[in-house]
Amino acid sequence: MSMVRNPVEALQESFGDAIRKVEEFRGEISVTVDKSKIREVMFFLRDNGNFLYDMLIDLCGVDYCGDAQRFEIVYLLRSSRFGNRITIKARLQENEDVDTVMDIWMAADWLEREVYDVLGIKFNNHSDLRRILLPDEFVGHPLRKDFPVQGYDFEKPFSVQLEEESNG
Amino acid sequence: MAETLNMTVNMGPQHPATHGVLRVLLELDGEIIVKATPCIGYLHRGVEKLAETMTYNQALTLTDRLDYTNGLSNNLSYCLAVEKLLDLKIPKRAQYLRVMLAELQRISAHLLWLATHALDIGAMTVFFYAFRERETILGILEQTTGARLTPSFIRVGGLAADIPDTFTASVKTFVDDFPARVDEYETLLTDNIIWKKRTQNIALLSREDALNYGITGPVLRASGVKYDVRKAYPYSSYDDFEFEIPLGRNGDIYDRYVVRLKEMRQSNRIVKQTLEKLPEGPVRAHALTVVSPDKADVQKDIAALIRHFKIMAEGFKTPCGEVYSSVEAPKGELGFYIVSDGTNKPFRMRIRPPSFINLGILPKMAEGLMIADVVAAIGSLDIVLGEIDR
Repeated sequence: MSMVRNPVEALQESFGDAIRKVEEFRGEISVTVDKSKIREVMFFLRDNGNFLYDMLIDLCGVDYCGDAQRFEIVYLLRSSRFGNRITIKARLQENEDVDTVMDIWMAADWLEREVYDVLGIKFNNHSDLRRILLPDEFVGHPLRKDFPVQGYDFEKPFSVQLEEESNG
Repeated sequence: MAETLNMTVNMGPQHPATHGVLRVLLELDGEIIVKATPCIGYLHRGVEKLAETMTYNQALTLTDRLDYTNGLSNNLSYCLAVEKLLDLKIPKRAQYLRVMLAELQRISAHLLWLATHALDIGAMTVFFYAFRERETILGILEQTTGARLTPSFIRVGGLAADIPDTFTASVKTFVDDFPARVDEYETLLTDNIIWKKRTQNIALLSREDALNYGITGPVLRASGVKYDVRKAYPYSSYDDFEFEIPLGRNGDIYDRYVVRLKEMRQSNRIVKQTLEKLPEGPVRAHALTVVSPDKADVQKDIAALIRHFKIMAEGFKTPCGEVYSSVEAPKGELGFYIVSDGTNKPFRMRIRPPSFINLGILPKMAEGLMIADVVAAIGSLDIVLGEIDR
């Protein structure tokens, strides 16, 4: 296996200050990058011959409600050539958008739709950004920490809910 | 020439060939698919949200209900993630039993796939043959875990209990018998001309597309990519066992069939080795704050009783941090990404569902196919909606 360079060092060299944080926990490396540079970083990791992260294994969002940078998007990449995994993260404030990576890996299509659906984070230039798991008329984004587990209409009797629905 | 209009047909959500409540909007030009749009979410229960309100032990029961043909692998994936967070070492006997149970479950899940997939394409006999063996496995699992589909048997720190006395004998009978059974399925399908015509060179998936769409599991391997989590990132002592990763070449429906049949033989081989090598010893890690004590101790030792109550009522706390851990489930890479804030409940539990991501290829795959082939294509992806919708 010709793992010639460490991806973290290469990222720091090429992107400097845009690499905000590097963490290691239980043998996993995660790199937090500036969200405005996310596409450049992803293109670099996919196309650089030393790394070739050609699979987007997972993409998800976390809500750190109360932080100034409320949301975190987590990208888990894998190289089918070298067999390495790396986690890339980006933090964003509430109401901030992030650029899509669906033209880098098509796997991001549905995964970004899911993040949009459950957390309400918008992805710029996504070709078909609409809800995927929840119905289109659903109000709110359930994985946000300020969304009640029972939902907003839990207290209402079912007959009232039906009536409201039929009244539009 | 007369102008024609495309017709839109709604396939599902209640349709036997969609394997659950999957709805696919098909835009048709005659019998050819112009565009296929899957609509999912009919089974959405909010598992990831629910997990945030439960202790780590309680959240385990949610995992049974993701891919309900595969409860034990789901348990295993979740437990491995929590154990990674806790940095907990599991006794060898428990690791081997986990492998054995997960591989038996893989065989049963593949049998269910084979049965329904063949039925979709019109080969009904296979269904009865495959269900016969699946029933044997579910019988063994029920004997051991107490449930056919929702075991919750693999726990954080080991297993809920050791295996019953009759277990090894019944597994051995099954394992010795099974290769001949796979031969039987093969006589029905592998060289069957109708089967070949329905599956070969249909719903092709190239290596590049498979990687780009993040496909994992047998579907990826049928396209010729050698990625199996059991080999790439061995967990639970998988590196102690000898087995091969079957690969396909063309990436068509037939190759996916061949890969899964070969995988069943390999799983059988692994189960056989676990039986031979199974060491003696405890099935639970020695971790007083995490693993509840044996029932016998609870009944005679006051300290054990207190610990039991504390673990059942409050759960256990995990260190702050984020971990990702995955296993090779029958459908593909099933991963759990858990964010812990140091309390007894997960701050965020993200499930990486293989069926969800594999289904993402369907719009591309279905383009240009005939309607009847879409049924075969969906079957060959092997999806379970309980996992897609979560």
